[in-house]
Amino acid sequence: MSKIEKECRYAESHEWVRVDGDIAVIGISDYAQHALGNIVYVDLPEVGDEFEAGDEFGAVESVKAASDLYTPVSGSVVEINEALEDTPEAINEDAFGTWLIKIAMSDPSQVDNLLDAEAYAKICEG
Amino acid sequence: MSPFGGFDMPIQYAGITEEHNAVRKHVGVFDVSHMGEVRVKGPDAYKYVSHIFVNDMTGAPDGQIFYGMMCYENGGVVDDLLVYKVNDNEYFLVINASNIDKDVAWIMKNAEGFDVEITDESPVYGEVAIQGPEAEETVEKVLGIPVKDIAFYNFKTFPIDGEEVIVSRTGYTGEDGFEIYGSHEYIRKVWDKLMEAGVQPCGLGCRDTLRFEVGLPLYGDELADDITPIEASLSMFVKLDKPEFIGKEALAAQKAEGVKRRIVGLELEGNAIPRHGYAVEVNGEKVGEITTGYRSISTGKSVAMAMIDKPYDKLGTEVEVRIRKKTFPAKVVKKRFYDKNYKK
Repeated sequence: MSKIEKECRYAESHEWVRVDGDIAVIGISDYAQHALGNIVYVDLPEVGDEFEAGDEFGAVESVKAASDLYTPVSGSVVEINEALEDTPEAINEDAFGTWLIKIAMSDPSQVDNLLDAEAYAKICEG
Repeated sequence: MSPFGGFDMPIQYAGITEEHNAVRKHVGVFDVSHMGEVRVKGPDAYKYVSHIFVNDMTGAPDGQIFYGMMCYENGGVVDDLLVYKVNDNEYFLVINASNIDKDVAWIMKNAEGFDVEITDESPVYGEVAIQGPEAEETVEKVLGIPVKDIAFYNFKTFPIDGEEVIVSRTGYTGEDGFEIYGSHEYIRKVWDKLMEAGVQPCGLGCRDTLRFEVGLPLYGDELADDITPIEASLSMFVKLDKPEFIGKEALAAQKAEGVKRRIVGLELEGNAIPRHGYAVEVNGEKVGEITTGYRSISTGKSVAMAMIDKPYDKLGTEVEVRIRKKTFPAKVVKKRFYDKNYKK
């Protein structure tokens, strides 16, 4: 059984969002890291890149395949987790403690449309 | 489980990396019962197999195995396969699962005029591959089959449980190892014994990473009906001095004129991972495509095999690989990213 963190909001594409004021901290769920297996590379955007909710912003790669990452909210990237360049396996070890990017949201109300922990848990159960 | 050639196959058991390392350092076992087997028997067996196979088996002792391809008239590859010489009048062909129907049709069609009997024995045979530096010890001790004296690319048959079990010193990992062919019932027993002994079960995932690291081709990636063995950089298996075989003229012409493209190795700078189908570029223009790519589990480097247009195929040529929105510098290298450890 994968871990699901209560305070996070989720996208159906398995990204989590943790809100800190107007900043959205984004990562992938424990369920997603499990499904991917050993993560060996993370492709992240540049600070300053602008995205609309639902845009592809990068990819996580396991040995076997690349999986695209989608931002659940609109805004511009203010920080990327540079440590992942050398230690992508941190996502496997702690998916909720390992963020990928931080976005300054242009429309914080988008968060209300994301799944809560309970609704996301249902998706993971399939 | 993932569908593959009509079988439900596990991509991984413990994880691709763990299984990969088990085979490189110790031993692992693959259930490869999906592979196809075709038996060719009769007075014209040698002549016929020579007709459809690019390698040359002339003068080979019984029990020897040859790797090579069956080609179309235009030199494109029907399939790559192993040919087991039972004797002058009997050969055992091992073909790829996804190509069984196509191959059997091709083999039947071209047998006209030859005195041979062809049987598709794919449904009859199960197969396991036991691979890794401890493979010999495992087969001897756990299965009780004396394989020490079987040389690389040779096989023996053993009467076990009332059937003829075929054991060859072959594999698809670049390590020492054996492939065992028998009834599904027998192969299931073998599998259970190996599991009881704690041998690592391995899935299709690491089968691909292992073969890739030592530069072995996979039909559908480096070989296809529109890729010739010469373009695949496998001309060492094509014996153009043979009197005849299907595709010989096209391949001889290609060899004489030189190919326009060929499979090479690439090593990328940085950590991005090249995948099948990604474009290879020089000055923004596409000059080829990745056929297989990984972060090599054994070396940690991002490497690939790619089909590249001439003249960019030369060792040391600098190219770029397009990965999503960015390009990454790469260099043409030998397509062997890890040295084979065969016991010869």
